[in-house]
Amino acid sequence: MGMESDIELIKDGKRLDGRGLYEFRKPLKLEVGVLEDADGSAYIHWGGNKIVAGVYGPKQVLPRHLEDPNKAIVRAYYMMGTFSSIEEHGRSAPSRRSLELSMVIGNALESIIRVEEIPSTMVDVYMVVLQAEGGTRVAALTAAVAALMNAGIPLRDIAAGVAVGKVAGEIVLDIGKEEDMYGEADMPMAYDREGNLLLLQMDGKMTVEEVRRALELGWEKVQELFSLQRRAIEAYYRGEIEKKLSL
Amino acid sequence: MEEGIRKKVRRDYVLTTLKENYRLDGRSLYEFREVEVKQNVIETAEGSAMARIGTTVVLAGVKFDIIAPFPQEPDKGALITGAELLPLASKHFEPGPPDIKSIEFARVVDRGLRSAEVVDLKELFIEDGKALGIFVDLYVLNYGGNLFDAGSLAALAALLATRVPKVEDGQIIREEYVGKLNVRAKPLSTTFGKIADITFLDPALEEESVLDARLTITTDGEHVVSLQKGGVGSFKKEEVLDLINLSFKKREELLKHLGDGDA
Repeated sequence: MGMESDIELIKDGKRLDGRGLYEFRKPLKLEVGVLEDADGSAYIHWGGNKIVAGVYGPKQVLPRHLEDPNKAIVRAYYMMGTFSSIEEHGRSAPSRRSLELSMVIGNALESIIRVEEIPSTMVDVYMVVLQAEGGTRVAALTAAVAALMNAGIPLRDIAAGVAVGKVAGEIVLDIGKEEDMYGEADMPMAYDREGNLLLLQMDGKMTVEEVRRALELGWEKVQELFSLQRRAIEAYYRGEIEKKLSL
Repeated sequence: MEEGIRKKVRRDYVLTTLKENYRLDGRSLYEFREVEVKQNVIETAEGSAMARIGTTVVLAGVKFDIIAPFPQEPDKGALITGAELLPLASKHFEPGPPDIKSIEFARVVDRGLRSAEVVDLKELFIEDGKALGIFVDLYVLNYGGNLFDAGSLAALAALLATRVPKVEDGQIIREEYVGKLNVRAKPLSTTFGKIADITFLDPALEEESVLDARLTITTDGEHVVSLQKGGVGSFKKEEVLDLINLSFKKREELLKHLGDGDA
């Protein structure tokens, strides 16, 4: 956020990559059932992001002392591949950022899982960012929810995430790499279909009015992601997908 | 299992008082606990402050070191925020490597300072390959709930009291100073808890342990500079906006406790 440049981030209503202010990056593709072993899985290709999500569960709780007879334990792991950034080689150990994102995504996922319906079990959700280009946490969450559906985990609702930013003074949808570096604000969010915000973070500078516009834009556009998730599940159950991951 | 039932009972009890518009400690829904800030408490640091909100006590120490600028921003220094949840602060804290609570705490306070541009990082540049790094470290001395607001208050108070050390031949000359740190913004956070559909300010420990969700809002007086939602619950858009408006007001109250380090 907030690095200086002479680049004109928005010109004549078009962004650097030619998009309009409220357009998602392309491609925006989601497939489920792409991994053989996982109980549920999904692969999302969103702009320059390539993220795989895998779900194991409901399964026995190990270590045993974590077991909760009232509800399932949900664990989420967000990690970035060492080669996922165009910049330098990443580290293998979880970074502080990865740990924080694992938590905020995990909280959102846990809020849609009917944990009381599967007590004394554990659900592990893994999200691996193989290629990153901004907005990975919301893309990972969107894929993870599809993986949960694919695994048959009981859910109270569906959720998806979208990142809205402030770039060259404008509120825009789905910020890309340069926009993330040189823009004024970044607001990742995740909604369920009732309009509850399950994930919300922001860094940068926005007035309260800009926050309002960003939240409303995110809510309007997240509907497209709910459709994307639904189509992915439908395609899987119609037998249209081979259980094979293709990047 | 018993813990689950106990937690439910505690949550129901807290919710009962919230519905009556008051808290376990008698506060109203949007009232801070008692706030106290004292600057210049650690003489070995270039800046320091201790902030107390209720029984939560956070000590912030500021140290300068020579660092190599990041490759993407070669003409800038850096601001780095760390946090330690000291085991002596709570029976629930264990010794060991930083856990997720301390990581989130440090990163959220850092986000507020960074987004508000509390310091112009260009002013920290020394020469090619050398710049000043400002290390803000937050030590939790007592955990009474709501680390974020006490941490953000301690960090800002410490920065306001910070003196910039002299740099000669690419080295820091300790105990010789060139003046106060140029603090360009005063970001402060306010944290709200939510249980069922009731929100409240500054969760104390017994509320924090049973809340469904929390929202930490950092503002600089004009803008929102950071948002962090925590917990497994959720917020509606309208709630977020209402709480932001409240955050601006509540920041004014916190600012009154800040001097500029001459105390």
